Amino acid sequence: MNVLWRLVQYTRVYKYWVILGMVSMLISIGLEMLVPRIIQHTIDMLVDARGDISLLTYAALGIILVVAVKGFFAYWQRYAMVYMGQKVIYDLRNEFYEHLHELSFSYYDTTKTGELMSRATQDVETLRRFLSFGLINIFSNTLTFLIILGILLNIHWKMTLLTLAIVPVLLWVIKQFTGQVRPAFGKIQASMANLTSTLQENVTGMKVVKSFAREKHEEEKFHVVNLDYMEKNVQAIRLWAFYFPLFNFITSIGTVLVILYGGREVIAGRLTIGEMVAFELYLLMFLTPLRMVGWLTNLANRAMASAERIFQVLDTEPDIKDAANAYELEDVKGRVVFESVSFRYKDSERLILEDVSLVAQAGQTVALVGATGSGKSSFVHLIPRFYDPQAGRILVDGHDIRDVSIASLRSHIGIVLQETFLFSASIRVNISYGVTNAREADIVNAAKVAGIHDFIASLPDGYDTVVGERGVGLSGGQKQRVAIARAILLNPRILILDDSTSSVDTETEQQIQKALSELMVNRTTFIIAQRLSTIKKADQIVVLDKGRVVERGRHQELLANSGVYKEIYQLQFSGQEEARGQVNTDE
Amino acid sequence: MSNWYDTNQEEYKSFDRDILKRLLTYVQPWKKHVLIAIVMLVISSLASLTGPYLLKVAIDDFIKAEFLSIEERYSGLVFIAIIYLAAQLLAWIASYYETYFMSWAGNNAVYSIRQDLFRHLQKQDITFYEKQPSGQIMSRVTNDVNSLSELVSSGLTKVIGDILTLIAIVVIMVSMHPLLALYSFVTLPFLLYLTFGFRNVIRDAFRKVRAEIAKVNANLQESISGVRVTQSFGREEENLKQFDETNYGNFAANVRAESLFSMYMPLVDLVGAFGTAIVLWAGGWMILNGGETNGLSVGVLVAFLGYLDRFYRPIKDLSAFFAQLQSAMAASEKIFAVLDTQPEIKDDGILKLPPIQGEVRFDNVSFGYEEAQEVLHNIDFDVTKGQKVALVGHTGAGKTSIINLLSRFYEPQEGRILIDGHDISKVTIESLRSQMGIVLQESFLFSGTVMENIRYGRLDATDEEVVLAAKAVNAHNFIMELDKGYETEVQERGSKLSVGQRQLVSFARALLRDPAILILDEATSSVDAYTEVLIQKALDRLLEGRTAFIIAHRLSTIRNADVILVLKDGQIIARGTHDELLDGSSYYRELYQLQFVE
Repeated sequence: MNVLWRLVQYTRVYKYWVILGMVSMLISIGLEMLVPRIIQHTIDMLVDARGDISLLTYAALGIILVVAVKGFFAYWQRYAMVYMGQKVIYDLRNEFYEHLHELSFSYYDTTKTGELMSRATQDVETLRRFLSFGLINIFSNTLTFLIILGILLNIHWKMTLLTLAIVPVLLWVIKQFTGQVRPAFGKIQASMANLTSTLQENVTGMKVVKSFAREKHEEEKFHVVNLDYMEKNVQAIRLWAFYFPLFNFITSIGTVLVILYGGREVIAGRLTIGEMVAFELYLLMFLTPLRMVGWLTNLANRAMASAERIFQVLDTEPDIKDAANAYELEDVKGRVVFESVSFRYKDSERLILEDVSLVAQAGQTVALVGATGSGKSSFVHLIPRFYDPQAGRILVDGHDIRDVSIASLRSHIGIVLQETFLFSASIRVNISYGVTNAREADIVNAAKVAGIHDFIASLPDGYDTVVGERGVGLSGGQKQRVAIARAILLNPRILILDDSTSSVDTETEQQIQKALSELMVNRTTFIIAQRLSTIKKADQIVVLDKGRVVERGRHQELLANSGVYKEIYQLQFSGQEEARGQVNTDE
Repeated sequence: MSNWYDTNQEEYKSFDRDILKRLLTYVQPWKKHVLIAIVMLVISSLASLTGPYLLKVAIDDFIKAEFLSIEERYSGLVFIAIIYLAAQLLAWIASYYETYFMSWAGNNAVYSIRQDLFRHLQKQDITFYEKQPSGQIMSRVTNDVNSLSELVSSGLTKVIGDILTLIAIVVIMVSMHPLLALYSFVTLPFLLYLTFGFRNVIRDAFRKVRAEIAKVNANLQESISGVRVTQSFGREEENLKQFDETNYGNFAANVRAESLFSMYMPLVDLVGAFGTAIVLWAGGWMILNGGETNGLSVGVLVAFLGYLDRFYRPIKDLSAFFAQLQSAMAASEKIFAVLDTQPEIKDDGILKLPPIQGEVRFDNVSFGYEEAQEVLHNIDFDVTKGQKVALVGHTGAGKTSIINLLSRFYEPQEGRILIDGHDISKVTIESLRSQMGIVLQESFLFSGTVMENIRYGRLDATDEEVVLAAKAVNAHNFIMELDKGYETEVQERGSKLSVGQRQLVSFARALLRDPAILILDEATSSVDAYTEVLIQKALDRLLEGRTAFIIAHRLSTIRNADVILVLKDGQIIARGTHDELLDGSSYYRELYQLQFVE
């Protein structure tokens, strides 16, 4: 009920539309009731052959006029409610979208894209149908039902009570219908999802399928899901085929009662033929709202569930927010300090970082080294406040980053994330993503520094080439260089490079490294490095092990220490070193 | 994952007889079902039309028949009621069987189309998959086939039923009173215009709505996937502005479409009101001006009003049917286009490749993905049984093309490829690939358990053999550490396992297959030091005793290779062992320094 109330709040902004819709509904229902009455009197007039042509003309024109005016109001009823519903959905969608952009990384760590998508699409769609059609139909159907009940009782109360006997039967059948058919259609959807994922896997894994010559096996797999989908469909249609014409049959029992009992009453002189015909017409109008009961309760229930799911997202407070009196961080030099920082992810017991302290002077390069899971990524994610630490603080130029506005903090930080994500837009837009109104020359320059300009220039549409999911596919290395160009254009004082060269071949990697070293000049850089050359050049190497800093210093110092660094170095980099030696001696 | 937010535009195509004929061949095997469905349809259509006529009989022959005795009139009503109820019962039962039989036939036809399509897709070359996005291929099998399903499973019989109902109503009305029937049909042109003309305007408006909502959803999808980047670059406001635009576009399209539709129903009602008014007035006039002499009774008038009411639905259904037909035509055209695409690489011969010993010969092979652009020129080399061949060169030098040719994913324009002296284009693909092991750069795992994934290499392998293979490539230990060991679900694209672990599983899969020739495109992704060591050891084990072709990215690989082929611009410019090449080829030395050394 709480959910419903909250939903109603959204409609309040558009209350005049709601009022227009409701008033139009009342008028149109009222007019609709008149037509059978006109027919009734006309028929009675004809049966007695007593009336004259002018009365007949009035009746005919009356019908046309009533229906025309009713139509006018029916239009406004529908239009007003649709407008209101659409507008509410439009507002809700914008709010949802905005909120998604406020939620922190920790939220996206635990929430799947598909889940959010289904809320933003299917749940919103259910709400739309409820607001535009469901809400008004609940009122209009209840009203129609009650008014006609009154009219029927007025025409012939005994016959009304008699025909009312079919109402519980109809309701019972509707209950059976919705109880059985809905799960059946649910099964169809589940089966389709199954078929789609089997197919998707086959298509994306086609090279493996062909490599192992497993086409027959795949066909068999697909046959199983295909057949299941077919059977689920036939089962659902079978239920539908049974129940749907059954509604018509039950309705026709009402007509039979009218013929039998009403006919007798006419013969006995207690009812006119016109009244009998009108009774039959009203009876059909009376049963229609009942047939919609199943649809409406179902829609209302689903809408409430959907609203709850949407509100649940809207009610999630972002973990990271601007402090109440946050100020703008300006003129950053780039000194970054970690003071006894400890961090763990929400809903996790394990400390990812434990009592980490570090001073990076402006312009220094800090290389983070450690095994997978040692906390390197978490470390760099704390600087732009993707997460907040549980203990300790982080300072940029002496400002606690929790005291400044997030927007101003991030505007000074350039980040090349582990997984490069490009938007379905032109390369130009992708590069200038962080900067509004970037100059063309600056964009080209950034691309040149990132070593991607020549490639872009070689494309037929150049910088206007659309990339991303719905555009031209770029290779991993090309994507990464676009992402680097994006960071370059931002011209940040602090740079974060997270494992950014993990899925390209050595040659591309070297090109990227070259671009990166250009980028790192004069900026405070935190880099999670795989390559020895980068590490050697670093002003500080921080070795992390299970969230603790176990060693720090320059390359040679650390080698001399014979600690964890040396171990890692030998395991991971000695091959590279040895090979270099071999080439050098050969030359 | 289903693509309900697919941005594909719907397409419509006008009627095409050949396509329909071809579509009907899929229904052909179920023609008995269709026949029964049609018979049932005729019964239910006619039975449900008896209502107004029976009401007329009740009024004229019994209720108003004052010359009959009360008892006769009462029993007449009982008689009518029984017939009416029986007719409705019959309509219910017949309608149930009609829908059931037709949906049985239709869904079976749809099943066959889907299965045919899938089978045909399995036969397509790799080229086919490289040329079009996977979403498009998926959409053929899911969305396009689905848009046929309504047509074949209910649409075709419905249209027969609707036409039949219309004819029946006309016949009944004309036979009851020809002149009044004529008056009844006055409004017909308006009704036809509304359903076929105006309805199309509305349909276009709703198509626009679907296109707009697809845009909204695509924007959402992308925004959610890229939300981290957006936050990193502080682009929230700009994005919201863009989204607001798309969102408003959807709002506007919806309101417009709904506004048109809100007009439609009142207009149809108005035409109906004109029909009722005309029949009432004309009928009333005739009754008043001639009484029963011109054959018009009150009962007939009531029946006419009833039939007028029933005239509208079949016309509406027919207009829906034509829309259905259009989109089904467009879908069929796309489906049949796929079915008519012949793979270039086919089994010409029926010759099976005998068990491979492992000798491979490229005999003057030239090849290009496009006719005009040759990427390999006169490649010529011999590999003896058990040799490890490493392929090195810059991106685009032709390394991948060579292994694509060897696995017969493509065919050379010139020259031959021989295995143990057999030209591989002369043997069946199945016999060739079933003796080869191919390990791709990206380790693709299927959803299912680890056990099932390894077993993909050889379907009849026992659990023990699977475990043995996993042990041999050092995968056993980490597998045992997973939640359910070998029965752990790896999920789509193996998302639960790390890159290195996925590689090890794919090695186990290849090892279980025990191929005579192994093709390996080494992964470039860096893994942590510990896993790297595991992978190197696993590789040694995997390569043992087999002829192997490796696109090398690891230092240890080129060192251990029996022969290295150095490729440049599609030609082999040097060959030999690592040490020989370091001495003899400056190109190799440069390459080595660039790719394998810092």
